[in-house]
Amino acid sequence: MTFPIFPKAASTTAVQTDYLYFMLLGFSAFILALVFFPMIVFLFKYRRGKKANRVDPHLPEMKVEVTWTIIPIFISLGFFALGARAYFTEEVPPDGTLEINVIGKQWMWKIQHQEGNREINELHLPVGRAVKLTLASEDVIHSFFIPAFRIKQDVVPGRFTTEWFQPTQIGVYHFYCSEYCGADHSKMQGTVFVLSPTEYQNWLTRGEPKNSLAQSGENLFRQLGCSGCHVNSQAVHAPPLEGLYEKLVPLNDGTFVRADDKYIRDSILLPNSQIAAGYQPVMPTFQGHITEEQLLQLIAYIKSIGNETPQKNP
Amino acid sequence: MKENSIVADQFENAQQQSEAAHLGMWTFIATEILFFGGLFLAYIVYRHFYFTEFVAASKHTEVLFGTINSIILLTSSLTMALAVHAAKENYRLQISRWLALTIFLGLAFLAVKGLEYHDDIENKLVPGAHFDPSLPAQSQIFFWLYWTMTGLHAIHVTVGLGVLSTMLLLARKEKFSANYNTPLTLAGLYWHFVDIVWLFLFALLYVISRHK
Amino acid sequence: MSEENKNYLSTGDTVKSWLLTTDHKRIGILFLFSILLFFTIAAVAAALMRIELLTPQGDLVHADTYNKLFTIHGVLMVWFFLIPSIPSVLGNFVIPLMIGARDMAFPKLNLLSWYLFIIGGFFAFHAIILGGVDTGWTFYTPYSSAYSNSHVVEMALGIFIAGFGSILTGLNFIVTIQTMRAPGLTWFRLPLFIWSLFATSVILVLATPVLAITLALMSVERIWGIGIFNPKLGGDPVLFQHLFWFYSHPAVYIMILPGMGVVSEVITCFARKKIFGYYFVAFSSVAIAVVGFLVWGHHMFVSSQSIYAGMAFSILSFLVAIPSAIKVFNWTMTLYRGSISFEAPMIYVLSFIALFVIGGLTGLMLATLPVDVHVHGTYFVVAHFHYIMVGGMVTAFMGGLHYWWPKISGRMYPEKLGQLAAIIMFVGFNLTFFPQYILGYLGMPRRVHEYAPEFQIYNVLSTAGASILGVGYLLPLIYLLWSIFYGKRATANPWNATGLEWQTSSPPPKNNFHETPVVTEEPYNYPPLNEIGEITLASNEHK
Ligand code: HEA
Ligand code: HEA
Ligand code: HEC
Ligand code: CUA
Ligand SMILES: [Cu+2]
Repeated sequence: MTFPIFPKAASTTAVQTDYLYFMLLGFSAFILALVFFPMIVFLFKYRRGKKANRVDPHLPEMKVEVTWTIIPIFISLGFFALGARAYFTEEVPPDGTLEINVIGKQWMWKIQHQEGNREINELHLPVGRAVKLTLASEDVIHSFFIPAFRIKQDVVPGRFTTEWFQPTQIGVYHFYCSEYCGADHSKMQGTVFVLSPTEYQNWLTRGEPKNSLAQSGENLFRQLGCSGCHVNSQAVHAPPLEGLYEKLVPLNDGTFVRADDKYIRDSILLPNSQIAAGYQPVMPTFQGHITEEQLLQLIAYIKSIGNETPQKNP
Repeated sequence: MKENSIVADQFENAQQQSEAAHLGMWTFIATEILFFGGLFLAYIVYRHFYFTEFVAASKHTEVLFGTINSIILLTSSLTMALAVHAAKENYRLQISRWLALTIFLGLAFLAVKGLEYHDDIENKLVPGAHFDPSLPAQSQIFFWLYWTMTGLHAIHVTVGLGVLSTMLLLARKEKFSANYNTPLTLAGLYWHFVDIVWLFLFALLYVISRHK
Repeated sequence: MSEENKNYLSTGDTVKSWLLTTDHKRIGILFLFSILLFFTIAAVAAALMRIELLTPQGDLVHADTYNKLFTIHGVLMVWFFLIPSIPSVLGNFVIPLMIGARDMAFPKLNLLSWYLFIIGGFFAFHAIILGGVDTGWTFYTPYSSAYSNSHVVEMALGIFIAGFGSILTGLNFIVTIQTMRAPGLTWFRLPLFIWSLFATSVILVLATPVLAITLALMSVERIWGIGIFNPKLGGDPVLFQHLFWFYSHPAVYIMILPGMGVVSEVITCFARKKIFGYYFVAFSSVAIAVVGFLVWGHHMFVSSQSIYAGMAFSILSFLVAIPSAIKVFNWTMTLYRGSISFEAPMIYVLSFIALFVIGGLTGLMLATLPVDVHVHGTYFVVAHFHYIMVGGMVTAFMGGLHYWWPKISGRMYPEKLGQLAAIIMFVGFNLTFFPQYILGYLGMPRRVHEYAPEFQIYNVLSTAGASILGVGYLLPLIYLLWSIFYGKRATANPWNATGLEWQTSSPPPKNNFHETPVVTEEPYNYPPLNEIGEITLASNEHK
């Protein structure tokens, strides 16, 4: 049996989180001392039968109380602020991340790389590059947790969630599902391989040549009949999807909405909830007909025919 | 004092007993508000999510029935208040009369609600396999909330009718007077509460989305 | 025995006289036995879990069985043991005594609470016998409402019904405390235990109905397949979490405030001193109850709620810790220049303070956003809440039970054994749950029955601790039962404590007091002490 005390810290987030954690540990030790040192002294000094001064000291109660109310408030606010700042950087991904899709289902993790590589319960990454995961669930809530990176995000069915991190050390780490999801929740785990950039390139190009995610999406786009309406259709008046991604789309109720992943997802699954201005709500819903994986492929395709630079708010 | 006989063992006097009963009823109403509060919250959240579907769905509720029922319940609140008032003024006969009228109005409310439910079923507004296919799928959530909220409310009305009938029996036995009317007052409080809940339901389910 | 000398235990000993009693003291005892039953079942589940976790492989039970074990453990411990523990047992017993009343304001309602509790318990039991539930005590959707094929609805129904029992208890307490106080007993002369139970009752009344409706919604979705929480049907799974925690966070304060009340009673008694900062301790209970309603989102930092919501809930969680801090500081100051003796209740209370502070400080770590992102859903959280719920509340319950045992049973428990059990519990507890903090930060997820081998050492320690802790629980069970028959008879006021409950005989007569007491002074008015800690003025406590 080994006696690990502390997990490896292998991402920028990990360093940040540990820093806060140590501060909190130090602070807790200080509070423990502050409370227990006097308490133990009192217990010893004033135990019944021992000689001691027991005259009521008439302390200025109000002053004492206010002091020990105010000081903890300020300390708390300090910790909150540090935490909130770190949380903000931890939750908002920077630009130019490597994007990888992760799909959770009872009880495994499927991973799709943009280049078309797929893996199950394994995740290969290059060191030193910020990575953004787009998380989707086929069934219940899961949670994608990599202890060595100190990151975790629930994977909620019916929506996309994201998490990002930047691995800093080459190595092999565990990842887990940390939201209870049924019988084999314990088994829903895997391994992260953080590789050097060249090794990562090798890994990507290993094996047979494969379709990139966008290419698979394009195939689906034809198979599912999307192209029948969206590409030069005579019968149906449907919006072209070229240049759609990240554009501001006018809706028929006069509002605008940014065509991000969520919007495209909703357009495919709940086509009637937001209707593009100038069109009829005739698009059928694909809810129940496509999997989360296919959805992510379609989005990758629409992205690939999309805008390079996101449009500014009007 | 003549009322001493009805002061329970644990109380010192009638006034303490009546204070306890009042506070108890108010606390109970607080619980009830939170009980319905969960549903109202769900309603608000989903109305925000599925605004168009909710608008579409709420056009299918029967505003006529709803309005009639609001009037009925409001009137019954009035007659209830009059019953309590009669007790406080010692008009013993009138207590029973107003109570009976209140009960009648409560029954009328349930009857109208029953008719409306019947229509709703005919109109395929029950969520599930037989739901009206011309409505968007998410409006099932609206109807789901509609049935639970009005159903829960109807249960409260029914319980209220039970309570009022007991009060009527007691009133017939001339139990209430200016000195002793706590049970009647509290029954009244409960009835007003049920009434107010209905007004909220009426506003949310029948009115606000109608003209969008 | 003359009618005058009869106590509440000796007036009637038929089964009917117990099952149809409206005497708050007897109802308290009914609750005591029923929650002990549920505690035993839940503790056996814990023992099985701990034995399974001795080795990294899942070799003792199937994954499925393990999931049912922790669900049963969590559900029973929370709703059928801890929530009713101090309020329904000790609160029921001592509230009327402490405020000089003959009974609760609504004795029949009080009995109804117990019946609702039992009926709810029956459904829970039924669900377990049918094959159990595997959702965790949190019932997260859509797993619970669409995917689990265990007996979710029966269990939810059980909790629903028992919940109404809790609501009625809360209602009864509020009304009793407000309207039944003895002459002269103003709000600021009330013992702090009463304050804490009042705050608890407010939470019970306002939060429990939300849980009821939430579980009802979940069951409806499960039975009729109508989309409320299941995204496949258009629902929102995260809404369930909001509703659930809107109840369950305040509920954790239901599970600690009464314990804090016990601490204030016991610490003053065994330090022979007035509490330091009475007003602050009293109002901090109220503050916890109020602010406690605003922090539920801290259970959902990684659930995909917006980051700004996360920040708001984080800051509120820090603020809700302040009233707890105030209490801890005041308790410490109460010891200053007191005359301290170490009977079992006092040892329990001191371990409460130690364990609660550790649990609370780790609560602050959880409230710090990035740290929670890392440790959410791991054993760190498990350790946090056991420190507060077991180390805190269960310890306080034991302390309170020992403290009022002479009053309840009319007998003294064996003091040496009592002290021994309290120490065993403290040691066993720390050995069980401290390693779990380390495990959590290392990244061991909770609710798993297999784990990576590098986590084993701490799990072994934890299981070892649990067996010591188990002994710590069994011991009092045995000697308290023994004392009912063979214990030394207790005087009216064996601890020389202040408080009305000690002015009537032990056990008290059926109507509590032979004549209604009149209160003329503040609580905890212990007379001045001499140099070696004896009370200087001749006291007339012993009647
Ligand atoms: C009785 C039960 C109880 C109590 C009282 C508390 C009290 C607190 N809890 Fe805990 N908690 C639980 C039971 C409880 N908790 C349970 C059951 C769960 C998990 C549920 C599940 O998922 O299954 C949980 C989970 C939980 C989480 C979510 C973790 C996660 O799942 O990711 C968080 C996050 O903020 C949290 C925070 C706090 C805080 C800040 C307090 C504070 O109230 C603590 C205040 C006390 C102190 C701080 C100590 C005394 C203070 C001092 C000595 C002075 C120094 C202090 C300052 C300077 C401020 N708790
Ligand atoms: C409210 C009160 C409460 C109490 C009193 C306890 C008491 C205990 N709890 Fe529990 N616990 C919860 C509330 C509580 N718990 C909750 C809410 C959860 C979350 C559930 C969920 O995730 O849904 C939980 C979850 C939980 C887990 C995590 C399970 C998981 O996530 O996989 C563990 C693991 O160690 C645990 C252990 C214990 C132990 C050892 C005790 C001990 O105090 C019990 C001591 C008693 C005994 C050990 C039995 C008697 C002794 C013997 C029969 C002797 C032989 C014993 C051995 C050889 C071990 N509890
Ligand atoms: C029956 C014809 C039809 C089919 C098949 C169809 N669509 Fe559409 N789609 C439309 C119409 C009409 C609209 C515009 C109205 C609206 O917003 O719903 C639209 C809108 C969209 C939008 C929003 C575009 C914008 O400018 O706002 C996206 C994205 C989209 N479709 C993707 C797809 C995908 C992917 C598929 C296949 C899986 C698909 N569609 C299949 C008819 C169709
Ligand atoms: Cu997936 Cu747990
Ligand atoms: Cu909480």
